[in-house]
Formats: sequence, C-alpha cells, structure tokens
Amino acid sequence: MLIQFSFGLIFWMTVSFLAVLFILKKFAWKPILGVLSERERTIEDALSEAKKAREEIAAMNARNEDLMRQAREEREVLLKEARDIRDKEIGEAKAKAKAEAEALLSRARVDIQNEKNAAITEMKNQVAELSILVAEQVLREKLADNAAQQSLVDKVMNEAELRKS
Amino acid sequence: MRGVALRKTVMKPLIRATSLLFSVLFAGVSFAQHEGHDHAASDTTHVHEVVIPTADVHDGHPNEATGEAHDAHGVAKFNPGEMIMGHVGDEHGWHLWGHTSLPLPILVYNTQRGFSAFSSAHFDHGHKTHGGYMLHEGKLVATDAADGTDAHHATENEALTKATWDLSITKNVLAMLVSVVLMLMIFLSVAAAYKKRGTSAPKGLQSFIEPIILFVRDDVAKANIGPKYERFMPFLLTVFFFILINNLMGLIPIFPFGANVSGSISVTFTLAAITFVLTLINGNRHYWGHILAMPGVPKPVLLILTPVEILGVFLRPAILMIRLFANITAGHIIVLSFFSLIFIFGEINAGLGWGVSIFSLVFTIFMSMMELLVAFIQAFVFTFLSAMYLGSAIEEPHHH
Repeated sequence: MLIQFSFGLIFWMTVSFLAVLFILKKFAWKPILGVLSERERTIEDALSEAKKAREEIAAMNARNEDLMRQAREEREVLLKEARDIRDKEIGEAKAKAKAEAEALLSRARVDIQNEKNAAITEMKNQVAELSILVAEQVLREKLADNAAQQSLVDKVMNEAELRKS
Repeated sequence: MRGVALRKTVMKPLIRATSLLFSVLFAGVSFAQHEGHDHAASDTTHVHEVVIPTADVHDGHPNEATGEAHDAHGVAKFNPGEMIMGHVGDEHGWHLWGHTSLPLPILVYNTQRGFSAFSSAHFDHGHKTHGGYMLHEGKLVATDAADGTDAHHATENEALTKATWDLSITKNVLAMLVSVVLMLMIFLSVAAAYKKRGTSAPKGLQSFIEPIILFVRDDVAKANIGPKYERFMPFLLTVFFFILINNLMGLIPIFPFGANVSGSISVTFTLAAITFVLTLINGNRHYWGHILAMPGVPKPVLLILTPVEILGVFLRPAILMIRLFANITAGHIIVLSFFSLIFIFGEINAGLGWGVSIFSLVFTIFMSMMELLVAFIQAFVFTFLSAMYLGSAIEEPHHH
C-alpha cells in the first residue's frame, strides 16, 4: 500500500510537473535569472568602474603632483633667470652710469681747464691793461708840469746818452 | 596544495557515497517497519469486516483515515497502523475530520468501457460499487455488480481491472495540484516583482526566494554542472521548489495541506524519471564511453565493469526516488506515531492519555522542527544529485 506505483498519480504528476516546468521556465525562471545575472553584471561593472575611477584619481593626483613639481621647478628657473637678468641689468646700468659719470667728469674737467685757461688769459690781459692804465695815470701825474717834463726828458736823455756812450 | 586538492576530490564522493549508503539503509529500516504495520493493519481490517456486516453501515465501517474501527459492541477502537497508513498513503477522497471526508472526482479510463467520471462519494468510503467500479483496499477495481451493491460482497472482474486506468484526482493528486498552483502564484508574482523592480535590491517575498535561487544556481548547478549549467537551471529550480513546497505542505496538518505528496513513491518516481531521461538525452560521447567501455581498463575487467556501470545508470535515479520517498514518509510516520501514542494511552485511561499528550506534543514539535530541516535537506539533496548526474552526463573529456 505504501509502495504502490499509482498510474493516476504518475500521470498527473508528469503532466503537472512538466506544465509547471514550462510555465515557470518561460515566465519565472528566465526573467528572474536574467535580472539576477544582469544585476550581478551591473554590480561588477560598478565595482570595476569605481576601481577605474579610483585609479584615475590616483593617476590624476600623481599627474597633479608632477605638474606641481614641474611648475615649482619652472618657477625656480624663472626666478633664477629673472634674478640673473636683474643682476645683469643692474650691473649694466651701473657700468653705464659709471661710464657716463666718468665721461661727464672728464668733460667737466676739460671745461674747467678751458675756463681756467680763458680766465687766466683774461686776467693777464686785464692785469696788462690795468698796469698800462696805472702806468699812464702815474706818468700823467708825474709829468703834469713842464719842469717835471723837462727833467724827465733830461733824465731820459741822460740815460740815453749814457747808453750811447 | 596538490595533495589537499586531491584529497578533497577523493573525499567528497566518499562522503557522498557514505551518506547515500546510510540513507538507503535507513530507508530499508523504515520500510520494514511499515510492512509490519501494514500487515497488522490489514489483518485487523479483515477481522472487522467479518464481524460487522450486519451492523449499521455508516458507523460500523473501518475508517482508514481516522483509524477507527468498531468492535461488535460498537465501541470505537483506535488502530494506529491504519490511521498512519491512511494519512501517509493515497485515498479516493480526503479525510477532513471525524467521519467527514471531502469526496474527490473519480476519473477512469477503461479500454473496453471507455471513460467515466463521478464523485468518490458514490463509493461511500469503499463500501459501495458505482459505475461498474469499486474500491478494494483503496485501489479502484472493476466489477460487474450493479450500482450501490455492498462492495464487500461484489466480486472483482479481474480481466476488466487489467484494462482499467485510474486517472482519479486522489488526495495526493489534489494536494500536488494545490502545490502547483501555489508554486505558480509564488514564482509568477516573484517574477513580476523582478520585472517591475529590475536590477534594484529585492523586496518582500522576492528577497526570501532570491537567496534560495542563488544557492541553487551557485552551489548546486554551477558547482556540479560547470559552465553549461544554464540549460538545466529551470529544471533544477522547479524540482527544488516542487520538492521543498510539497515537503513543507506535508508538515501543515490542515486541509488542503498535510498530504504526503513528496513522500509518495509515484511522485518521487516521476521526478527521478525526469532526471533519468534528462541524463539519457544529454549524455555525450564521453559519458557513454565511460559507461560502456571505460577507457584505460583491460578488456576482461570491462566484462564486469560495464554491467556494473549500466546498472549504475538505473540505480542512481532509483536511489533518488527511494531516498526522498523514505525520508519524507518516515517523517510523517514518526509524527503521526507520536500522536497515536496519545490515543493509545487514552484508550487505556483518559488521564493517561492527557499525561502522554504532553510528551507527545513536545516530541511532535521537536520532530516537526527536524522535518522542517529535512524538508530543505531532501529538496537540496535531490536537486544536488540530479545536478551531479546531469553534470557527469555533459562533462567534456579532460585534457590531461
């Protein structure tokens, strides 16, 4: 009784099991398994994308650091160059100023010399004129009367005589 | 590392084989017990049948489902063997409570008489003939007696019985159909949830079912079949949930549950037969080569090995069939036996019955917990072994 293969039960079992199998296969297992594998794929994709993003960020960071370092280096170079240029320009300017000052000084010295010469010459002339003028005045004073003039002529004559002799 | 892997590959089948052996052995034990019960039960029935013909037909008949028989004095006597067998076996009609049964449709095809259909109520629990048929020990047989004749006096027309195909919706068929409807409802609604929610996280029933589906997919199908597992997923999932739902339904003692569908040999036979057929259809050259002529084995040894391998092809589904049947039936029998104790002691003394009922209840609850576990384990084992057989059938030769 317990182990009894009943034809009816086997028949209904076969029919209903196969029916369930095909209905569920088409309307349940296929969509469910499809969604499950799709979800797994999306999760995997998301994970790999996150990993990629992380790697990208790391790469970007590295790149940024590189850029920073480069920029820093460049800045150093630029600063150094600027400093060099400045130093050079300052040196040049100094040299030029010195030269110019030098030139100015020498010209001034020449001018001063010239002026000095001119002044000396003029002073000489004026001294000569003054001495002539003084001499004239003194002579005029001394030879104001005829007697004086006569004595002078005499004297000069004497002298001239003396010399002739 | 290699050693560990090797040990693993060797140990796994060994453990499997041991468990298989055990389950078969235990199945054998429970068989023996049932046979004993069965004989005792049918013997007592016969005794009563002799005693009661003159008594009131309605009250005097031995009721298979309640296990209640009346002695000549009309005092109810509890027969645990009959009660248990009645609950575990199949019936034309579903016993609900006391003397109330739900009549079920009788569908018969007879190659000589043609097709006939009527309610099982006409049989009056197997006491009357109807439409040229009657029930003999629960089995539908043909008779020439007129409608309404007492079945105990009618003679069976054995030639006609041989031409009779009983397609009745019996208790187990109805329970199975209920489980099928339940399955369709559950999984179509879950599928609808998947369609609606797409790849977002599962919710409600969906989140209860999903881990099981993933378990069947990853640990049963992928593990045993390999990369071509997808072809067998619908079958494996359907088998798993069919067995699981029927196992669980069998644990609920209220109509329309409580029938012993997955513990019915016809049902387990059909399931195992489908696995068997699938294995045969999908078996590749490699598989058949290994069965018919194991490569690398000397010819004289093949004379022994090939028959053993061929026997194995049939034995594997047979073991599938017997294991599920025996495990589930045994569980039902144990639970019912604990219940029977209450009534056995109750017949001796009402107070004793109440006293024993406490222990029975505790044991029944404990057994039901065990059965809950067994329900899952057996569904898993059947699916797992089916997947293993299918996996071996489609396995491609290894390139060493």
